[in-house]
Amino acid sequence: MKRGNEYRFVASGEAPTTVEAPYEDVTLGVRNAVREVEELTGHTLLSDDGIVLPSKGNVGTDLYVTTSSAGGGLQMMVTGVIKTMTAESAERAALGAGAIVMDVISVDDGRRTFQKIDRIRHLRPDMILFSGGTDGGTVRHVLGIAELISTAEPKARLGAGYELPIVYAGNKDARQQINKILGKKFALKVVDNIRPVLSQENPEPAREAVHELFMEHVMSHAPGYNRLMKWTSVPIMPTPAGEGRMFRTLAEMRGVNVIGVGLGGATTNVYSVYDGKFVRTVSANLGMSYSICNVLKEAGIQNIMRWLPFEMDEVAVRNRLRNKMIRPTIIPQLIDALVVEHAVAREALRLGFAHHKSLARGLRGVQRQRTVSDLFEQSLEEETYIDMIRISMIAGTGGLLSHAPRRAQTALMLIDAFQPEGVTKLAQDSVFMMPHLGVLSTVHAPAALEIFEKDCLVRIGTCIAPRGPMEAQGSLAAVHLSMPDGGSRDDEITQGELKLISLGEGEFAEAVIAPRSGLDVGAGLGHELKTKIEGGVVGIVLDGRGRPLVPPDDPMRRRKDLIRWFRAVDAYPQGALERYEKALS
Amino acid sequence: MAYTPGLKVKREIVLQKTRRLPIPGEVLVSKGDKVGFETIVARTKVPGDVETIRASQILGIEADDVEELGQYLLKKVGDRVGKGEIVAKRISFFGLSKAFVESPVEGTIEHVSDITGQVTIREDPVPVEVKAYIPGRIVDVIQKEGVVVETTASFIQGIFGIGGETHGQVRMAVKSPEDSLTADMLDSSDKGKILIGGAMVTGDTLKKAVDIGVKGIVSGGVEDKDLRDLLGYEIGVAITGQEESTVTLIITEGFGKMRMSGKTFELLKSCEGIEAALNGATQIRAGVIRPEIIVPRGKTSAGESRDDRAVFSKGMQPGMMVRVIAEPFFGAIGTILSLPVELQDVESESAVRILEVQLEDGRKAVVPRANVEIIEL
Repeated sequence: MKRGNEYRFVASGEAPTTVEAPYEDVTLGVRNAVREVEELTGHTLLSDDGIVLPSKGNVGTDLYVTTSSAGGGLQMMVTGVIKTMTAESAERAALGAGAIVMDVISVDDGRRTFQKIDRIRHLRPDMILFSGGTDGGTVRHVLGIAELISTAEPKARLGAGYELPIVYAGNKDARQQINKILGKKFALKVVDNIRPVLSQENPEPAREAVHELFMEHVMSHAPGYNRLMKWTSVPIMPTPAGEGRMFRTLAEMRGVNVIGVGLGGATTNVYSVYDGKFVRTVSANLGMSYSICNVLKEAGIQNIMRWLPFEMDEVAVRNRLRNKMIRPTIIPQLIDALVVEHAVAREALRLGFAHHKSLARGLRGVQRQRTVSDLFEQSLEEETYIDMIRISMIAGTGGLLSHAPRRAQTALMLIDAFQPEGVTKLAQDSVFMMPHLGVLSTVHAPAALEIFEKDCLVRIGTCIAPRGPMEAQGSLAAVHLSMPDGGSRDDEITQGELKLISLGEGEFAEAVIAPRSGLDVGAGLGHELKTKIEGGVVGIVLDGRGRPLVPPDDPMRRRKDLIRWFRAVDAYPQGALERYEKALS
Repeated sequence: MAYTPGLKVKREIVLQKTRRLPIPGEVLVSKGDKVGFETIVARTKVPGDVETIRASQILGIEADDVEELGQYLLKKVGDRVGKGEIVAKRISFFGLSKAFVESPVEGTIEHVSDITGQVTIREDPVPVEVKAYIPGRIVDVIQKEGVVVETTASFIQGIFGIGGETHGQVRMAVKSPEDSLTADMLDSSDKGKILIGGAMVTGDTLKKAVDIGVKGIVSGGVEDKDLRDLLGYEIGVAITGQEESTVTLIITEGFGKMRMSGKTFELLKSCEGIEAALNGATQIRAGVIRPEIIVPRGKTSAGESRDDRAVFSKGMQPGMMVRVIAEPFFGAIGTILSLPVELQDVESESAVRILEVQLEDGRKAVVPRANVEIIEL
């Protein structure tokens, strides 16, 4: 809403989805949520026909945009010729378009042909992104995959009565034959090659086609969406695509490397913008409600329990997570329940980031000149290009992070899971509106950016964490801060400890950080770093717990450490921490 | 968040079940026919798996000459082949070099590609049958796809289950909804039955039930670790129904020891001795499916029939009965006193929309709206 000369966020409303029986009409849920906004603002937005557009006096609005993750989001299967080349490019493109990638089929994926056909038949994706071959490269292998798809005849997930959309973004020389093989059975759309040459990725045409087909074929088959599509001013966008767009904008605005994360109920989306490269990954079964027990399965119960500051029977933890799984919309009413959820969140974020790093790596298959030192570093080629010390900001969104009762909880979850190194700003989405601002930015960029800066992005603070071996006790780095009030402060980053220095939102301090020899805070081993530090609602967190951060194996020592760390940043109510401490003695 | 529709616990409703084939086939019954649990109502054949052979490669045909493959084939598209039967052969160098392509499976030649040089063989179709699942009358036939069966029955939804469709006679194995169902409560006479427990079924009981051949168990709760032991693996995402367990398990309340709701327990008690249908299939995400117990009552009179959508579209109202579905009042039943619009802090410091509820035991409680489910009267 425009207030004076500013675009500002005014109110939010939430309601559970009504895509499912007995309602089977998404617009009912939309009405419920909008009704909450009406209640909170006293402004009428709804009529019997839907949202009132455009506004007249105290009724209606000028713009209505929406994102959707209904039906578990856009579920895609992707193909390519070589697993680590065109197939990987296709996977990145599909993920970038906001999809969940159900499987990646390639000529060299280690499965036998009948196994691939069987897999394609049973997956029932919403869409297939078909890439393969560079322009002028292999045609035969590309056509082989087309024949696989043709033989398998996969059916679309929603509604058996329509043709499955396929986006072909492979070798242009194969287009005519691809059309012959797939054109009659599927809704085929041909776009420019995703990997025209090995040294270049061209994901945009495929991404656009995916969005177009998502609207045309997938969304229109979900209950009530035909009506919802008439209400909206611009096409409905998959939620992660909206989210990704805002993280990109954030990195571009500030000209820095950013990691973003959307921790949802069913999935965890991780975004990185690193040296201008944008990568999004989605871990389809890592989430805080529907998928909470898959986090348990993937991480293991011990990895979840290592973040609990109190003793809790493994059986009780398991039952608690299962009860969340079967009733995914419940909210932790008690502090202990909240702490358990935060323990799971750390693991979901950790696993989601590990998955992200496996795709955030250089284009493979590209020939390059090697020096002698490259030969020694050859193994690193497989690893991610993300160097945590070069990440300037980590930002989180999604229900659990946005709704965390204390921002210090979000700060600590992000630090423990992503383990930032050097100097890293932390931020979060205030009330889970990044995806919607992402759509808004496509039609009204100034409004989207203004609201993003003023109402959406909460500056949590800055984490300073030295990198390097931490065997020795004591001081790891000396920190000198010239504070905004003109005073100065000297502090130390201590081995094994967390410390919090108050520096408010919108405030800056000039810092000189001098690490001990062998440690790095961003200027090189043992080198002093001079930088400007941004404050936030939490402040400056000095993290001397080491990288990688692993809580001690001994349960008593671990719980003591956790309580001390939680207390240092005032993450949970003092009463609860005292209760946990008493239980230890 | 506003509210969660509760699970259905209905003494008597007219229930319709659509029984559909995965792909078109033959419907074996007609409108008006009476069917039983085991009546096969439709059947079809699902196309067999496919096997591809890199024929041109085996025959040593160069990549540029793949179109020559046809001249070496002994079979054409549509021909049947046996396992090990020769599909193509190439003899060159005056008989000095011989190459043969054998079929790895029995089936039919489906496709010969002159682009990739591959031969596709499809195995024989696999017959698939759909049973009525519940006894009743056929009220609709969906041509080539299936039927709609209608019956008058008691209908109870569980919160989570494992195992597929089954049926058996109901036996109350415990006296009260607080009791745990323990192994000593089962004996060989329970073979083929559906046992009703109370607050919990133990791991030993589940093992013994499998050994005896019990068809199904309905319980308020179960320990997650016992479920994992029964299945031999950890369930990640809650999509079930395909488990290999021979016993179908339905829990009505949740994980851990959970007193079965009084209404559910009493209704099941009234079904003792009656043959019931049971399905543990659960899906908690897009297209929610809850496990179900259907106890046909053998009547044809119309029972309760209500448009749930109309009930729940109204949302929560003061005076409505709700059940708390999370700690610290898990399982408690009460009446909504008020629904304040403003967000309020609860112990976890979360600012949420809450409701005030008068619990049955006399306590007044404040609970997040998301943590209750509406109970249907």
